[in-house]
Amino acid sequence: MKYLRKNDFIMLGFAVVLFAVLQGLISGRVLNSFWQLNLLIVGINVIMSVSLNLINGYTGQFSLGHAGFMAVGAYVGVVLTTNFHAPFAAALLAGAAAAGFLGFLIGIPTLRLRGDYLAIATLGLGEIIRIVIMNIQYVGGAAGFKGIPHHTNFAWVFFLMLFALFFIKNFVNSTHGRACLAIRENEIAAESMGINTTKYKVMAFTIGAAFAGVAGGLFAHCFYIINPASFTFMQSFNYLIMVVLGGLGSITGSIAGAFVVTFISAALASWPEFRMIIYALALILLMFYRPQGLFGYMEVTNMGIFRRIFRKGGHN
Amino acid sequence: MEVTQQILQQLVNGISLGSIYALIALGYTMIYGIIKLINFAHGDIYMVGAYIGFFAITQAHLSIVPALLISFVVTGILGMVVEKLAYKPLRHAPRISVLITAIGVSFFLEYTSMYFVSPTPRTFPAMFGDVAVTVGGIVINGQQMLILGITAVLMVILTYVVQKTKTGKAMRAASFDTETAQLMGIDSDRIISITFGIGSALAAVAGVLVGVYYNSIDPLMGIMPGLKAFVAAVLGGIGILPGAVVGGLILGVVEAFVSGFVSSTFRDAAAFAILILVLLFKPTGLFGKNTKEKV
Amino acid sequence: MNFSRKSLKLMSVLAGTMLMGGVLAGCGSSENENEIKVGANFERTGNVANYGQATLDGFNLAIKEINDAGGINGKKIKVVEADNKSEASEAVNAATKLISDDKVKVLVGPAVTANVIAETQVATDNKVPIIAPCATSPDVTVENGSVKPFVFRSCFIDPQQGSVMAKFAVEKLKAKTAVIYVDNSSDYSKSLGKVFKEKFEAAGGKVVMEEAFLAKDQDFKAALTKLKTANADVVFVPAYYEEVGKIVKQARELGFTQPFLGTDGWDDPKVADIAGADALNNTYFSTHYSDKDEEVKGFVDAFTKEYGHAPNVFAALGYDAGKMLADAIKRAGSDDPEKIQKALEETKDLKVGTGTITMDKDHNPIKQAVILENKNGDRVMVAKIMPDAGN
Repeated sequence: MKYLRKNDFIMLGFAVVLFAVLQGLISGRVLNSFWQLNLLIVGINVIMSVSLNLINGYTGQFSLGHAGFMAVGAYVGVVLTTNFHAPFAAALLAGAAAAGFLGFLIGIPTLRLRGDYLAIATLGLGEIIRIVIMNIQYVGGAAGFKGIPHHTNFAWVFFLMLFALFFIKNFVNSTHGRACLAIRENEIAAESMGINTTKYKVMAFTIGAAFAGVAGGLFAHCFYIINPASFTFMQSFNYLIMVVLGGLGSITGSIAGAFVVTFISAALASWPEFRMIIYALALILLMFYRPQGLFGYMEVTNMGIFRRIFRKGGHN
Repeated sequence: MEVTQQILQQLVNGISLGSIYALIALGYTMIYGIIKLINFAHGDIYMVGAYIGFFAITQAHLSIVPALLISFVVTGILGMVVEKLAYKPLRHAPRISVLITAIGVSFFLEYTSMYFVSPTPRTFPAMFGDVAVTVGGIVINGQQMLILGITAVLMVILTYVVQKTKTGKAMRAASFDTETAQLMGIDSDRIISITFGIGSALAAVAGVLVGVYYNSIDPLMGIMPGLKAFVAAVLGGIGILPGAVVGGLILGVVEAFVSGFVSSTFRDAAAFAILILVLLFKPTGLFGKNTKEKV
Repeated sequence: MNFSRKSLKLMSVLAGTMLMGGVLAGCGSSENENEIKVGANFERTGNVANYGQATLDGFNLAIKEINDAGGINGKKIKVVEADNKSEASEAVNAATKLISDDKVKVLVGPAVTANVIAETQVATDNKVPIIAPCATSPDVTVENGSVKPFVFRSCFIDPQQGSVMAKFAVEKLKAKTAVIYVDNSSDYSKSLGKVFKEKFEAAGGKVVMEEAFLAKDQDFKAALTKLKTANADVVFVPAYYEEVGKIVKQARELGFTQPFLGTDGWDDPKVADIAGADALNNTYFSTHYSDKDEEVKGFVDAFTKEYGHAPNVFAALGYDAGKMLADAIKRAGSDDPEKIQKALEETKDLKVGTGTITMDKDHNPIKQAVILENKNGDRVMVAKIMPDAGN
């Protein structure tokens, strides 16, 4: 336990340094606005992928509806800030609560399903959420919600991302998290060990959905307009790609996956004709060479290089 | 139009729409049945099939039947090639990695096609006259009935192949337990390859027929029908051939009735809602066998 | 050794990816005194890629013609292209890249209203003018009654077309009832439907039923069966050609004999290919020009020569955007974005591909509209209107 906590401090210190460096680069205008914007997108994508990882990677529940929860967080958030002039933090919180509550409501019945049946059910739910939003004229319907204030900046994204990472990391390492891992490994065995599988599945799903709501709020206040077309099932695939690419069940992997996907997409922006073709090939090749994802089940804190540097921690 | 007539017309509309979903779902469900892979690229194989048919008709000036055959064969081979290059190396990888590869293949097919044929939709030249029959005020289109007929015939043939022939027996064995099947002398790789070939060839038939009937094809045409066909397959119980057809027809009829009597804007939502409701009561689909997992 | 082979391999994969990205990102921006950089932010992949591509084709043709004729004030125009994946957030991303990375002086595109609105703030913050070739919603250039200084367009706005067609339905076709069938996923379609309803009912008609579909739908029979029960005098379908062709085809098959009315989204030769000439008889739509018009023949021929097929409305508007841009840069006498913005505001009696335009105070071009009738595979002009008169 002591080892873990020490690692936490190391990572936190590292994060603060990283933030200072990046914020310095932004304030000093070393990074131009394109790369600044992409830093925000990376951060938002990290929140999305790490929260999806909690559901897919740690609890083993195959969800394909993550963009739907993001949409809920985004729309609740923008209605509050734009129409009711609520503070940004309150809007984000409300978006998270709404997405989490919806995840809870949806999770109870659907998480009885298994594997691919759950996948298609969650994909369907994500689409239902999107279609319902599309039919609500109050939020602009298909045309989208316009005139959103621009509140999202690097500090918001970075610290909320950090919060999401630490929250989910600690959840996974807690009793509840262990229960989720047991469900992933073998649901029936877990149940016979006395684990209330429904409770933990719904818990993971709710937390994941709530963080997707936070990411949605950040996303919405970044682009001045949101429309339902930004939250299709293709978007859910995108987050799934990040999670699998990084490694199911690795938080480090989720960060890496979000980073790689966003970065490839941004770097290829100048080659519109080949952008998606190269992306598709990169996806296929990465799966060939690392089918378990970049990090597999590994975390950076467990890797040789990390332990070598911070050797004093202990031996496991 | 009176209400009963309208209901009947919507039923006809729904069945004809559903028969297209069913036709695509047949290939989907076969492939799933054997390697438990949600082949997200299936919708794009269907698109490629439509384009091959299109070029056979417009460039090689063939008539519909040879064009269908060419598309059937070429797309079938394409399916086998995709399987060999993209999925076979991952046979022992986690299932989700194969799924991501399938998404990658899907993007690859969509955007390489877009690069070569441009995103502009193409139209088929008029192949055979539109025959629409009106029976008691209800309009029935000849081409739609043809699609329904072909779907039914293919389903029967496929069921026969899977249930009665040696290859079919091998397919079922490989689907049940690939490794044991291998020990019994079944060349599982070959069987999987054949399944991909047949499944893709079926998608090509659907692609060409849809292209001729709706008269417009484009590189992204496979996304929605692919998803709907997947829904249809799951609705019927994925891996079960008659299930795919029934699932497709139900989906089509539900969509037609929601569009006709509620509002088209909720059509897709209703389709997914029906799927979820069915799954909640029958978690393995309408025709699915509920196998209890043993520890 | 604590460096396991696994982690080394992992690191090298990561490093490789980053390196590749870095190299790709590094090249691309090079300053050249003799060119003026223009950013083309279009839908190249995703749902509406066909519209984005067509608009870009038209735009590129205009730029090619200008450069072949020696450029502007001795400088050539260089088009830097970026893809927005048909998504609002990606449109912001692409616009930001074009402005900050490539240092473009003007942005052209995207095709779709929502994507233009999304990029507006970035462009305004950086004082870079936008020319939106085919974003027809009024809020593209005006917000809460005030004009957005940096946004211009080269097409007419929805209320103009909607009222032209409503007036045509009542006066020429003597229609008393109408049904409206819109594309629920498109701002363009929905807002035209709304305007048509208002104007048609103000002129004494009645809209008896409204239905909606979604872009990329293939089968429209269910909703059409419902619309048929209304038995209205005309059917108004403000939508894009791909769906329009299928709608008209399937409607005729179900026994619709009424006239169909449409808007400039219908303006593509593909409509006739998809629907068939017979089905398309007795349909009317408003658009920017008639291809028989002497004035636009030059553009139609040049486009057909360049791309091997006739232009559609998106290509025509993209071409107009290119001409507008070149004219503004020429009059600005410099590539300073703010001077170009001023010059765009002062666009007057400019001959473009589809006619002659003058920029109004809301940054919308004042241009003619025509109503075409589809007749046995041909398009016949039935009316020519200055849209102002149609209000």
